[in-house]
Amino acid sequence: MAVGKSITRTEGRDKVTGKAKYIDDYTCPDMWYGKTLRSEIAHGRIISINFSDSFDWSQVVVVDYKDIPVKNLVALIFDDQPLLAESVVKHVGEPIILIAAPSKELAERAIKNIEITYEAFPAALSIEESLSVKAKIFGDDNIFKHYTITRGSVADAFQSAEIVVEGSYFVGHQEQLYIETNGVIATTKKDGSIIIQGSMQCPYYIHRAIKEIFGLSDEQVVVIQTVTGGGFGGKEDFPSVVAGHAALLSRKCGHPVKIVYERGEDFAASTKRHPALIKHRTGLTRDGQLLATEVDITFDGGAYCTLSPVVLSRGVIHAIGPYKCPNVKINGSVVATNTPPNGAFRGFGVPQACFAGEMHMEKIAKTLGISSVELRRKNMLREGDITSTGQKLLYSVGTQEVLDTVIERSDYLSRVEEYKNPSDNKCRGIGLSFFYHGGGFTGSGEEKIKGKAAVELDTHGQVKILTASTEIGQGTKTIFRQIVAEELGISLDSVIFGDTDTSKVPDSGPTVASRTCMVVGKVIQMAAANLKNEIKKLVAQKVNCDISQVEIANGQISCPDVEKLSFTQTAIECVKEHGEIKTMAQYSSPPGIKWDEINYTGDAYPVFSYGADVVEVEVDMDTYEVKITKVITASDIGKAINPAMAEGQIEGGMVQALGYGLCEEVVWRDGKILNNRFTNYIIPTALDIPEMETILVEKPYPYGPYGAKGLGELPMDGGAPALVAAIANATGAFITEIPATPERILAALEAK
Amino acid sequence: MSVQLNINNKDYVVEVAPMKRLLDVLREDIGLTGTKEGCGEGECGACSVFIDGSVVNSCLVPVCQTNGSKITTVEGLSNNELSKLQQAFIDCNAAQCGICIPGMLIAAQALLDLNPNPSRGEIREAIAGNLCRCTGYMKIVDAIEIAATANKG
Ligand code: FES
Ligand code: FES
Repeated sequence: MAVGKSITRTEGRDKVTGKAKYIDDYTCPDMWYGKTLRSEIAHGRIISINFSDSFDWSQVVVVDYKDIPVKNLVALIFDDQPLLAESVVKHVGEPIILIAAPSKELAERAIKNIEITYEAFPAALSIEESLSVKAKIFGDDNIFKHYTITRGSVADAFQSAEIVVEGSYFVGHQEQLYIETNGVIATTKKDGSIIIQGSMQCPYYIHRAIKEIFGLSDEQVVVIQTVTGGGFGGKEDFPSVVAGHAALLSRKCGHPVKIVYERGEDFAASTKRHPALIKHRTGLTRDGQLLATEVDITFDGGAYCTLSPVVLSRGVIHAIGPYKCPNVKINGSVVATNTPPNGAFRGFGVPQACFAGEMHMEKIAKTLGISSVELRRKNMLREGDITSTGQKLLYSVGTQEVLDTVIERSDYLSRVEEYKNPSDNKCRGIGLSFFYHGGGFTGSGEEKIKGKAAVELDTHGQVKILTASTEIGQGTKTIFRQIVAEELGISLDSVIFGDTDTSKVPDSGPTVASRTCMVVGKVIQMAAANLKNEIKKLVAQKVNCDISQVEIANGQISCPDVEKLSFTQTAIECVKEHGEIKTMAQYSSPPGIKWDEINYTGDAYPVFSYGADVVEVEVDMDTYEVKITKVITASDIGKAINPAMAEGQIEGGMVQALGYGLCEEVVWRDGKILNNRFTNYIIPTALDIPEMETILVEKPYPYGPYGAKGLGELPMDGGAPALVAAIANATGAFITEIPATPERILAALEAK
Repeated sequence: MSVQLNINNKDYVVEVAPMKRLLDVLREDIGLTGTKEGCGEGECGACSVFIDGSVVNSCLVPVCQTNGSKITTVEGLSNNELSKLQQAFIDCNAAQCGICIPGMLIAAQALLDLNPNPSRGEIREAIAGNLCRCTGYMKIVDAIEIAATANKG
C-alpha cells in the first residue's frame, strides 16, 4: 500500500544537500540581468523620463511599453493591468522602465541614472476613499466586481428574531513572504520563440501571458518550473509579470535575462492578501438558533483587478461559515485603490471571512450569555443540511468530528471558565474557531478548466507522471507518485515525476484552490487506471487470456496458468514492442453538481473540508504582549494520502494564520509600504510558536482520490479568530481588527 | 583582492572585490549554490554557513574578512553519505519548499556540536534566527531531536 503512508519526500535528498536548484542558482555564460524602475507615487501622470548624460547607455538595454510587440497586458481576468505603465501610474511600485545589463551592478547603476517626474493625482488609498471615488481608478465607481447571495427572506426573518447582533470587523494586508523571492530567466530564440524558467505555481498562466504579450503560438512559448521556494498564492499570478518583463528584455538584448527580485522589491511590488471590511447582522432566537444573517463584505483589490473577483467570490460563499441559516443575504464588493494589486494568498478570501464570521459567533454567544460551543453545535452544518448558496451537503461532512475532537483534546469547556478569573498579571485564555473550505474552483470553474494529466510507461518500465501541477513544497511530487503506485499496484520506485515543462505536460489547471490532490490527484488516478487497463490488455493478448483474468499487484502481474511476471520486465517488453504507452485523463465533475453563476446558487464546491482550532495564550497585562502557549487543530480532509505531509501542511498553514492574527501587518504611508523587510514585517519564528497537536479526521469524499479532499488552504482559515478569541477570554478585550497588537488590545480594553 | 579560503575542506584562491559578500563569492565564484539568500540583511538565516566553527549569516560578511578562514556550507555537511541530521530531516519530512533548509541544517548542526542532547526548547532557540514560512517548525524540531537521539545511539 502506498496511499496513507508517510513516505519521505521525492526530492528530499536534493533539498537537504543543497543540490536542489532554484532559479537564482542557474546561470549561463552570456546571461544578462534585468532590473525594474517603478513608480514612486500612488497615482499620477508621467511627465518626463530623463536619462542622465553621465551614464553610458550603450552598455545596457532599456525597455519601455513601446517595446511590447502585441499587447501591453498582464492577461488574467479583466484586461486592465499593463505590463509596463504608459502615461498613468496607479500605484507605488508600478513598473515603468526595464533595464538589462551584463551585470547586476551595472543594471542597478543604470536605474539610478533615470529620473521620472510626475503630475500627482488624488489617490484613493483605503476602501472608504475608493467608495467615495476620491480618485477614479476603475470605471465610474471603482468597483471591480459585486456579488450577492440571497436565500429565504432576511427582512421577514429579522422581524421574528428575538435577538439581533451586529458587528464590524477589519483585516489588513498580509504578505505571503515565501523565503525565495520571485525570479525567472527568459531566453529568446532566434526564431522568436521564448523559454521561461522560474519560480512559479502555474506554468500555463505564464504560458498564456507570454503568448498574449508577444503574439506567439502555443508551441513558441515554453515555460519550465524550477524548484520553487514557496508560493502560498504569491506565485500564482504575479510571476506572469516578472516573466513578461524578462522576456521583453531578452528579446531586445538578445541574451538570456535573469530577473530575481531582492526582498524589499518583492515585498513592495508583489500581490498580497486583500484587506477587508466585513459587517455582520444576525437575527436569532433567544436560545441561539440562527434565523437571519446579513453580511456586507468589501475587499480592497488594489490598483488592478488581477484575481480579485474570484477571491471575492470565495469570501462571499464562505461568509457565514459552516452554519445553517434559512435566511441569508450576503453582499460583496471588491474595490480599486491606489495600492499594489492584491491577489492570491492561501485561503483566498476565506481567512478574512472566517475572522469576521467566527469573531461574530463569539460576540453572539456573549450577547446571549451562552457557551460559544453550544452556539456552534446548535447551528453547525451536518450531512443533508443546506448551505447559504442552497447546496445540499450529501457526503463527507466532518463538522461534528472536528469540533468535538478539539473541544475534548483541549478540555476547552472547563478551561474557558477557569481562565475568566485571572489570578495574577499574566492572564491566560483559550479560544476556538470552526470553519470550512471548499475544495477546487468555485462553481463551474473546474468544468471550464477540465484539467488534464497523463502517465507514460517508458523504456525502463517506469511510469512517468505528466502534469502541470507544481511542487511548491506541499508535496505534489510525492503524493502523486503514491496515488499512481497504489492504483497500478506497483512499487513507489517504479513511479517517477516528469519535468514541469509546458512542452511536455498537459494543462492540469493551476496549482491553487486546494485542488492539486483532490482534483488533479483524481485525474492522475484515472490516467493510471487507464494505463493499467492498457497493460492488462497487452498482457492478455500475449498470454492469450481474457483481460479480466489479468491482475497487477505488488509489482507483479498474474494471469491464469502462467508464472507471475514482474511488472517492470513486462513493461519494458511492452514498450519495446509497442512503443511508449501514454494514457491521459481529464476532470469531470461528480454527478449532480449544479451551479447557477447568475444567481449565485447551487453547488459552490464539489465538497468542503472542515476544521476546528483551539489556541491558548498568555497575555502580559503590563505590556499586553501575547504568548501563544498551545495549539490544537482538527482537520477533516477526507483522506490523508501522506499523513506526515498533511500534518506539515496544517502546521505550516496554522503558523501563517497565527502570524496573521498576532503580528503580521503591512504599514503604509501615502500608498507606500514602510516595512517591506524581514526586520520590520514580523513573521513567527520557532520561538513564537508552541508545540502543536495536529489531528487528522478522515470522512472520505467519494469522488476524490482514495477519498481525499482539499487541504492546502484550510489551515490558514481559523488560526486568527481562535487566537483573538483566546485573547478575549484572557483579558476581556474584544478585538475586531487584526493583528492583535498590544496597542489594539489596550484600545479594546479601554473601549469596554 | 586575492582571498584564500578553505571551503568544505578544499582550498580556494579567488580574485574578488574585497567588499563582495561571502554569500555571493560562495554562490558565484565558487559555484556552491546550496547556500541561499532570503533577505540579504541578516534576518532570515537562509545564508547561514560556518566560518571557523561559528555560524554566520554570509550575506552580512564581506569576503575580505574571511581571508584564510575555514568555511563549511550545506554541501560540506555530507560526503557520499548523508549526515544523521540530513537523514533525520528526510525521515521526518522536515523540508517543504526547502529554501530555508540549508541554513536550518547549519544552525542545527551548530547546536548539536555544542549540545548533543538538546531539549525541544533549546532546539527552538537555536533555530530562532532561521525563518521558515512553510513548515510551522514542528517537523524541523522533530528532525533535530531525532538526529540528537541517533547521535547517542
Ligand atoms: S539572506 Fe542572509 S540572513 Fe537572510
Ligand atoms: S521549507 Fe519552505 S521556507 Fe522552510
